[in-house]
Amino acid sequence: MGREISSGGQKSSSSSSAGMSYTVEQLVAVNPYNPDILPDLENFVNEQVSSQTYNLDANLCLLRLYQFEPERMSTQIVARILVKALMAMPAPDFSLCLFLIPERVQMEEQFKTLIVLSHYLETARFRQFWDEAAKSRHLLEVVPGFEQAIQAYAIHVLSLTYQKVPRSVLAEAINIEGLSLDKFVEHHTANSGWVVEKGHVKSPLITLPSNEFNRPELKKNTADGVPFEHVARIFPILG
Amino acid sequence: MAMPYDYEDGHQQQSGPDSLSYDPSFVPDPVKSFVVHLYRHIREKNVYEIHQMYENSFQTLSERMFKDVPWPSVDAVAPFVDNDHVFCLLYREMWFRHLYARLSPTLKQRIDSWDNYCSLFQVVLHGVVNMQLPNQWLWDMVDEFVYQFQSFCQYRAKMKNKTEQEIALLKQFDQAWNVYGVLNFLQALVEKSMIIQILEQEKEGLEQFTATDGYDYNGGSNVLKVLGYFSMIGLLRVHCLLGDYHTGLKCLLPIDLSQQGVYTSVIGSHIATIYHYGFANLMLRRYVDAIREFNKILLYIYKTKQYHQKSPQYEQILKKNEQMYALLAISLSLCPQVKLVEETVNSQLREKYGEKMLRMQRFDDEAFALYDELFSYACPKFITPSAPSFEEPLVNYNQDAYRLQLKLFLYEVKQQQLLSGVRTFLKVYSTISMGKLATYLEVDEPTLRTILLTYKHKTHAVDSDGKISSNADVDFYVDDDMIHVIESKPAKRYGDYFLRQIVKLEGVMTDVDRVKLE
Repeated sequence: MGREISSGGQKSSSSSSAGMSYTVEQLVAVNPYNPDILPDLENFVNEQVSSQTYNLDANLCLLRLYQFEPERMSTQIVARILVKALMAMPAPDFSLCLFLIPERVQMEEQFKTLIVLSHYLETARFRQFWDEAAKSRHLLEVVPGFEQAIQAYAIHVLSLTYQKVPRSVLAEAINIEGLSLDKFVEHHTANSGWVVEKGHVKSPLITLPSNEFNRPELKKNTADGVPFEHVARIFPILG
Repeated sequence: MAMPYDYEDGHQQQSGPDSLSYDPSFVPDPVKSFVVHLYRHIREKNVYEIHQMYENSFQTLSERMFKDVPWPSVDAVAPFVDNDHVFCLLYREMWFRHLYARLSPTLKQRIDSWDNYCSLFQVVLHGVVNMQLPNQWLWDMVDEFVYQFQSFCQYRAKMKNKTEQEIALLKQFDQAWNVYGVLNFLQALVEKSMIIQILEQEKEGLEQFTATDGYDYNGGSNVLKVLGYFSMIGLLRVHCLLGDYHTGLKCLLPIDLSQQGVYTSVIGSHIATIYHYGFANLMLRRYVDAIREFNKILLYIYKTKQYHQKSPQYEQILKKNEQMYALLAISLSLCPQVKLVEETVNSQLREKYGEKMLRMQRFDDEAFALYDELFSYACPKFITPSAPSFEEPLVNYNQDAYRLQLKLFLYEVKQQQLLSGVRTFLKVYSTISMGKLATYLEVDEPTLRTILLTYKHKTHAVDSDGKISSNADVDFYVDDDMIHVIESKPAKRYGDYFLRQIVKLEGVMTDVDRVKLE
């Protein structure tokens, strides 16, 4: 057993060269600490953007590699990752990405804008969000599905909070008005269990679907349950 | 008791080998006896004896003879142990660990220690090791490996006062403590040991691992398996140091924290696991998960720390204990869920941080200063993993990583600023109109609506599977412009109570049976 001085056990399997070709998900699961997969991960970000899919693990893996080798960082790719993370709200993915991006990079204009947008969404300031988003179309247009994703988040937060929400509040949150809003509400009435209450003076109310967060009686009282493993421990006594 | 961030663990004294009285080739008799006996016990797989020597004899000798000098060099002791390659690697590992703890390693020594870990792990990964070593030792190896990596990154990031010689060495040995190397070794240990599969199969009764505390009673070796197991915790730790909390927690998934396991067999590993798990959840805004685990471990430490008073880990245990109280104080200030905290822990918490917590919940400037103070005291020593820039002017950038994490954390705290005001009123009313509450909070109605939405968003955490669960101790729903407060009934855990009483009664009956009537 001679003394082997290793250069750190660096694995050198590349992704699609001789023989086996791994999917990016497999690479991230099996061999994430490998500088060679950086180009694959960058391509994968662009793929997520164009095919409207999303993979947090792969994106975090790439941000880590950028952290290890800052000279290889592409701010354009990072911006795309952040936009995708915004679209994943209410999940905290945006913050998770920020933790891995050096402060001086976060000082660049496009990132400052994205951070402001995230701030507005985190604090439910939807009107300010849509105003700012309109000014930053160049950043957001490149990622298809952005508007819909944010609208879905807005509806999620409204559903946590309201049993009956005024139409005007909904309109501001999802940035749709007039006939388009009518159509939108119609669609959700047919498919998502919304109910419009007419006959209200100021602004018609929309009843959102019931869930355990806006209807307390639906909340399962999990505290009363006893895990099976605990009961199983007294089987010897009972038996 | 906030401590300056830059506090390095261990004593900072004069570097060892220059000490007048140190001769690396001189082997005092007690050391000769120590290595001979340790070598024999390892060969004969007497795990208990190995543990005694490792925990006690090594410490006693260090205290007595090597208080501020290194142990004799490995070359000097090798002849007494048949020049056994693996034993020498183990000895060197202990040698460096002692150096780091009592003295200040030079750059060359840091590099040599890295080389030793490479060799040691390579030997283990090749599967040719036939030893059984105590879990304490195996944990210490992984723990020390990550610690030395963290220490190296901190050291390397202080470029300002580096000598030309040091810079030349850094450039020459750029692979030493390279982040890829560290992560890949830990990953390799996890994979080669197949520990994840073993744990899976254990759930179905096809494997025995936890039941034997990781030891192999079939004549094999526990080293690779247990190193693989502890490496999962090592990976969690490294990812926290990098700021990647999501992946860190993912690395820990195979370990079920609701049960005892090999991770609880060594107190150092138990504490490191929960500390990092809790911290990661705190940064992920999963406050309830963090509070639950901090509560459990703090209670455990309270009950058991007296048994560790003589152990070399005692100081570390106390330090982590204090840090976790600080993290618990932060978590509870952001997510007041006092019911989750046990009596004893709660009273300790009040004693240490009661006053500060009251001020933190005001969310004014003073409060932010306190969040800053507690976070800085309790957080891991974040690192910048990339290679340094050797361009002039040379700067110190060792605080950069910490500053970023702190900044983002305080940013999150600020976003939650207005929520405690809402909570106060919700606790007092069962229903209240938007208009009235807006007046009380001195904001207009639209602003109040956004505050209420923020409250809901921030108190409903999303777990890694996308499931939403409420953190809130006070909740509500809105019907047009009326706010209805949801009363949460205190949950009486009848099930638990009856289970406990059944077991207790059984115990009493067994005792009574044992009584022999004269």
